[in-house]
Parts: sequence; C-alpha cells; structure tokens
Amino acid sequence: MSATDHPVADAPPAAAPPRRHVEELEQVVIRFAGDSGDGMQLAGDEFSRSVAAAGADFVTRPDYPSEIRAPVGTTFGVSGYQIQYSSHEVLTSGDAVDVLVAMNPAALRINVADVRQGGMVIVNTGAFSEASLAKAGYTSNPVTDGSLEPYRLSPINITELTAKALRGSELSKKDIGRCKNYFALGLMLWLYHRPLEDEIADIRKKFAKKPVFAEANVIALKAGWAYGDASELFPVLYHVRPAPAEPGRYRSLTGSMATALGFVAASELSGLRLFLGSYPITPASEILHSLAGLRHFRVTTFQAEDEIAGVCSAIGAAFGGALAITTTSGPGMALKTEAIGLAVMTELPLVIVNVQRGGPSTGLPTKIEQADLLQAIYGRPGESPVPVIAARSPADCFDCALEAARIAVEFMTPVILLSDGGIGNSAERWRIPDIAQLPPIPVRFRTDPQGFQVYARDEHLARAWVRPGTPGMEHRVGGLEKDFVTGDISGDPLNHQRMVEVRAAKVAGIARELPPLSVEGPANGDLVVVGWGSTYGAIAQAVERGQRQGLSVAHLHLRHLNPLPFDLGAVLQRYRKVLVPELNLGQLSRLLREHYLLPVAELHKVQGRPFTATEILDRIVEVIE
Amino acid sequence: MSHAIEHPGHLSRKDFVTDQDVRWCPGCGDYSVLAQVQKLLPSLGIPRENFVFISGIGCSSRFPYYVETYGMHSIHGRAPAIATGLKLVRPELSVWVVTGDGDALAIGGNHFIHLMRRNVDLKILLLNNRIYGLTKGQYSPTSEFGKQTKTTPIGSIDRPFNPVALALAAGATFVARSVDLDQEHLGEILRQAAAHRGTAFVEVYQNCITFNDGAFSTLTDRETRDEHRLLLAHGQPLVFGTARSRGIRFRGAVPEIVTVGADGVTEADLAVHDARAENSGVAQLIAALEPPGFPVPLGVFRAVDLPTYERLSGELETTARARYGEGSLEQLLESGTTWTIS
Repeated sequence: MSATDHPVADAPPAAAPPRRHVEELEQVVIRFAGDSGDGMQLAGDEFSRSVAAAGADFVTRPDYPSEIRAPVGTTFGVSGYQIQYSSHEVLTSGDAVDVLVAMNPAALRINVADVRQGGMVIVNTGAFSEASLAKAGYTSNPVTDGSLEPYRLSPINITELTAKALRGSELSKKDIGRCKNYFALGLMLWLYHRPLEDEIADIRKKFAKKPVFAEANVIALKAGWAYGDASELFPVLYHVRPAPAEPGRYRSLTGSMATALGFVAASELSGLRLFLGSYPITPASEILHSLAGLRHFRVTTFQAEDEIAGVCSAIGAAFGGALAITTTSGPGMALKTEAIGLAVMTELPLVIVNVQRGGPSTGLPTKIEQADLLQAIYGRPGESPVPVIAARSPADCFDCALEAARIAVEFMTPVILLSDGGIGNSAERWRIPDIAQLPPIPVRFRTDPQGFQVYARDEHLARAWVRPGTPGMEHRVGGLEKDFVTGDISGDPLNHQRMVEVRAAKVAGIARELPPLSVEGPANGDLVVVGWGSTYGAIAQAVERGQRQGLSVAHLHLRHLNPLPFDLGAVLQRYRKVLVPELNLGQLSRLLREHYLLPVAELHKVQGRPFTATEILDRIVEVIE
Repeated sequence: MSHAIEHPGHLSRKDFVTDQDVRWCPGCGDYSVLAQVQKLLPSLGIPRENFVFISGIGCSSRFPYYVETYGMHSIHGRAPAIATGLKLVRPELSVWVVTGDGDALAIGGNHFIHLMRRNVDLKILLLNNRIYGLTKGQYSPTSEFGKQTKTTPIGSIDRPFNPVALALAAGATFVARSVDLDQEHLGEILRQAAAHRGTAFVEVYQNCITFNDGAFSTLTDRETRDEHRLLLAHGQPLVFGTARSRGIRFRGAVPEIVTVGADGVTEADLAVHDARAENSGVAQLIAALEPPGFPVPLGVFRAVDLPTYERLSGELETTARARYGEGSLEQLLESGTTWTIS
C-alpha cells in the first residue's frame, strides 16, 4: 500500500466507527521514538505495564542519548523505547520492529530501518515541518514521497489533535505539547486492545500533586484512544494472549531495581545492615536511587565525593561488620581499582557492581557493551584475585546480588558483579520469590578471643570476620603484606609467596562450591554457544531457532566468570566446536582458550547495541559448516 | 559521639601499646604524638575495643600498628572515606584518623574537605612535617614556596596550603593546631578534640628529623617560641611575646601587631578569641596569620556544635520509618504493579 493512498489524517472522521475484527498475535515488537523531551520512556513504560498486567511475557529496552535534552529535532537527540511482548516466553526486546511510533522526522530517520517489511509506521505529521525535516537530514518529506512504501504508514497529526483535545485547558501551549506522548499511548492501548481504566488511575496517581497536568494527560490519552476508534487508518485490532507461566505473583522489574532488591534481600538473609557507598554514574545511578529510597529498611546509602570514596566508605563499613557494596560503571571501576586491592589484602567482604557501558574512557555512557570482563578478573596491580559473576537478564540481577553477597561473606573477599546498561534499564516479568525459600546467607562474627589469629583460616581459607567493639580481639589490618598467621606486617619473602598463593587458592576454591553446569540443548553435538551476561536472550533465541532448523547446537550461559566452574572444561569437550558471541572483541573466548586449550570461534559486536538473534544464528550456521 | 560503656576497667597507657616494633626514625616527632595519644585514650572512659584508628600512607600512617585498638592501615589519602563508612554503620565507635600533609592534602585532598563539611564524628590528626618522608624527601603541599627538595632542586614554585584555613573554609566544626614537642599543649588539644562531637581536626606540626629537621624549631625552642607563637585561648585576647606585651589588633579585616602600653594601646584594643562563634569568619582571619609577619597561632581556632553526619543519617531512617513504616521485604518485593498467574 502506497503512502499516497492515505490522505494525511488531521481529524477523526465524523461518521460512526468502522467495523473491525481483532487479530490474535503471538508476539509483537513496538518501538516508541521521539525527541528526548517527548516523554517516550514514559509512554513505553506505561504501555509495558499495561501488557504485563494482561499476563503477556515481555522484555523492554530503553535506548536514549547521553544528552539530557539535546537540541530539539536532531537525530542525536532521539530517545527510543522498545518492547517485545508475547503469548510465549520472551527473551529479548526483539530484533525487527512491528510497529514504530515516530514523533518527529529525526525519530523516523533513526529508527525506520529497524522496522520489518510490511510493519506499521505511525508518524506524528505535526512535527514534519520543512525545518524539522531538514534538521533530520531529509531532502523531501518521507510521508508523501513514497519512500515509506515498504511499510504500512499511518500519518497522524498528533501535535494538533492533542492541542485540539486540550483546547480550553489552562495549560500553556508548551505544556499542552508535552501531553502528546499520552495521545500516542492512548492510540497504542486502543490498537492493542488494552483497557484505559488502569492507565487513567495511574496518571492521576502519578500527577497527584499537579491535578491540572493529570487531567490534561487523561484527556490526551482518551483522545488518542478515541482517534483510533474513529479513524479508518486501522482496520484491524490486535490482541496478544497471556503467556503461560508458573503460577505465582508476578511483577515487572528492571535490572537496576532487581539489583537493589537483591541486596536488600541479602541484608535480611544475612542479618547484616546494607551499606552502599557510591558516586552517581550512568548507567549505575538507578541502583543508588532505589536504595536511597529504602532507608526504612536496614539500609545506609552514602553519596560519596567521588568513586574512590564510594568504594572506600564501603570498605570501612565492611570492616565495621556491614554488608557493604559499591556501584559504578567502567570509568568508576578504573578509579576503584586500588581500593579493591585493599579489600583483597584485608580480606573483607565487599560487592562491587559494575553496570558496564561502552568504553574506554567516557565512551558511550548510555549504551550497552560487555568489555570490562578482563578488567574485572585481571585489572589490578599485583596478584589480586577477585571472584567475578555476571547477570544474564534484568530479573537475574536479583539472584546475582544474592550470590555475590553470599560469596563475599562466606569467603571474606571482594566480589565483582557485572551487569550492563542494557540489563540495568531493561525490564522483564519476574516471578516474586517466596522469601522463606531463599537460601540463608550465614554470617559468623568471631567473638572468642581464645587463640584468635587475624589470618587463621577456615575450610574455605577465609579468615574470621571480627567487628570492632569485640573485647579482647583488637587487631590491625591494612594494605601491607601480613604474616600468614598473626597478621603482623611481614616483608618475609617466603611468607609473601605463601600469602599470594593462599589468596589465589581461596578464590579458586569457590569453583568447588558451584552447582554443576546446565546446558540448554543437546548434551553433546556439533556446537556449544557459550555466553555470559546480557547476551543470554539473543543467544537462547538463536540456538532455539538453530535447533528447529535441525542443527546440533547447545547453549551454555555462564554466571561465574572467576573462578570458572569446575566442570566447564569437561562440558566444552562434549562438543565439536565452541562459539562465544560477545559485545566486545573477544574476552571470554580468550579465557576459554587460555584455560582449556581449545579453539574457540568468536562473534564480536561493539556498536552500543545488543545482538540480534539473527546475527548469532548466522554465525552458528557459519561455524557448524 | 561515643556511647561509652560506663566502666571500661582500669585502662592505662600500657594497655594501648602494641607488641610491634615502632619503625619511625629515632627522634621523629611522631613518637611524641603517639605518646600523647596513648596517654589520652585510657582517660576517655571508652572501652579499648571501641576505638578504631584508621590511616592512609606515609610515615604517620604507621600509627595504627602501634596503638592496641582496632585499626586499619589503608591506602594513600583514603582514610577519611573509610572512616566515614565505618562511622555511618557503627556510630558508637570512637574513630580516629591519622594522616600526614601529603596523605591528607595532596592525594587525599578531596576526601579531607568533604569530611570537614559533613561533620562526621571522628578525630583527624594531621601530622604536618612539610615534607614527604616515606618516599624520601620530596616537597609536600605544605612545603614553603621556594623550598629546595629532591623534586624541586631549584626551589618549589607551589604555594603551600594552610591546613587550618582549609579546614575552616570547608566548614569544620573543630579546628586546632599544636606542635609535637609541646607535650602539655598537645595533650590538652587532643583532650578537647576527643571531647568534641563532630569532626575534630588537629594539625600537629611535627619534626621530620631526617628530611626536614628544624622546620618548626622556632616554635619549640624555649628561647624563640614565645616570640613566634600565639597561644589561642577562648575568651582571651590575642597576646604573645616573652613579656606577653604584644598582641593582635584587627582594623576591619586587616590584622596588625601592637604593643600593649605603647601608643595608647590597651588590652581592650586587642582582638578577643571566640572559638565558639557560629560564624567562622574571625577564626579564618586568625588562621591567616602566618610568619614572617605574624606569630603562628596555636590552640583551638573553632569549636562549635552542629549535628553530626551519622546522627543525621540515622534520623533519615527514623523519618523514613515514620513515613513508610518498618521496611518489610515481602511488601517491597510485591511493590509496583503485580499480577497473579494461577
């Protein structure tokens, strides 16, 4: 259908609503895109909430520029929000977009290439002035020049329709303009057969302090809905059935929130006060925001003067007997390096969360990358072993926070938890766990001075944790090498070797405690695809598609990166080939080669975007052949 | 603020001496500070196990190894941050930071000023010898302009920090200065610092016998010290000199040295020290008195009561509980939009 078949619709026709049928879809990928000030994240979030409440499985992915409010109408100021939801399990936010809502020419230009052939493109023609077309780099208007022919185009003057709906409102013209995201949301809720009532209640709650805005947004929302209902642009409505799932209570959760909740849970399960020392940095700040709002728990948050003070305050809190964490991203990891070494040396429990972003240096602050793995494992002076684990999805951050805390206190060691900007901001459906079923995190503070030696070790080679204030056990720790037993300063050559080796053995010993690996797919065969971190969804989808095509391929996703699981070598041996897709230039692949002397095929992507399943499947096919 | 247990037993100086060999150069000023601290601690009514000494890197930062309390010899410049974290989770402990001019003012300068503005209840002793000792003789942020050292063979072109002025400008609630060899003065200043609730900053001029010997000799030699030091006392006029006949008068914000009895000057014309003034402006004027034009002020520049950081942090929890109730993990996990699948 050519774009010129449609007159540009400026108002809903006055006639009775056309008759329509409702089409059942298995899944749909929707992307909202507009200026960074257009409220696209909000529209996307609200849409997700609505489909989540209907029981669909979903994954969302916000994609926004690092500028807070880039110049209006520029391509670098475009903010996007994508959701895939489905009547079956969803692992990623989706590859090809089924419906794009583009609020201005720049948003269209940046995003239209991701729309599948025949997909729907809804554009706000009210923003398609000559000036804004030029700003986006268009020499002719794509709405009328036929260049959008491969898509089903729905041109709607959202700006004007919103303004008309709000005629007589006491809001300023500028503020009325801000309501157009709710018009777009209302239209999408109508198109996907979702009720308005919950959304209206939510708007009134969200804008409780500004009732004028609340009512304006409700009017815009209803106008969007009514427009869809009256317009002839949409002959078909869509419906996605609920996805089957284990019975239970569910909620939507971003990776940042899951991380915060995981540490609050770890605090309860260990009986320790949670302390977060942190310095704001994208994309990790959300964890600090979340925990700062939870001071009615046994939670202390401290916004430090810099990254170093963030980690150091956490070390002080750990010395005092708290469950201490610090949160950061790449540049902050670099600054925390020396202090992490101090935690290694003093053998104090500490969790460092690195929400990775594109690097090096300031890099791509809001974009996804997983290039800090080798830094996490090796990036400190001296022989400085630190356990490293990585979360595979937003909800997995909850479990990983618990796991990181458990390792830290059980082995008296700093632990690095890797997440990334993709996981941190994305949301997915999460089955709320039964707290009583979560494994406890046992902590034993030593209080018996009889025979106490600072560096005497238990079966895990961990030293005792002694809280200051415990009588008769006064002692000093520090960064200087210490005697193997007494903890006194020691420059003795053989003692140093013994201490270096025991610190390494302690961390290596964690591997013995890990459960056996579980592979998704055949237990042996042509190829195993090994991943870590946020590539989980794309790899799982690619491998599943490969299996459906008859390929002998399995998926192994690692949570523990240091030490590597004890049975990893044996599992890899069961396959003819190993492929490691990573959002870096080959870091896990290097580790696997080094540890197991195996040839490892690689797939790299460093574009600030996640893998698509298709990219991985193409490589799977290539490697197997 | 130490929630001291009433009867810490009968502690004495020797209870605070460790079995470690002290490794400072013979004759180092640090010995004298250590001795005064070990003398003070048993008198504070705090159980020994409730003291924590935290240091960074440098000669003075070996301090914790020699005090039989809990302690951490951490990394360069970071002791204030570590101590802040500790104090936030364990407000009942008496936390002391021992640092030096390089540790606190060069690599750790950022943590130092932020500690001052937050008013965390901990004591920070800056042993200022105006030189890098442990790295063997480079100039420090308090070395004099023009000073020749290994890294400034022709003379330093850095103007030095005045640590007391820096602390006051950063909003410190207790600021004092003493010298290593005046044991009586140092002991008294440390006692007042220990009694202060909030960040108590004490700069101690400390002689480095190896790399900067005699840096403060005019302030410690009996023959010269009275002419070169101005002993501050709350509520007393700014008087100095062997005959205690000279004093400081301010004309507006400009200080001048006057002689009582000469040119019609009486003691009533002299500035009177008010360490408890809410506004730190006058304390900053006094802190700016520096040789060669003026004597060096020693004593307590400022001692005011403001809420401590850890108390305010605790109050945030009280407020949060009053607002949201006692946190329930179950409710927290169930917050936001939830739905049931059966």
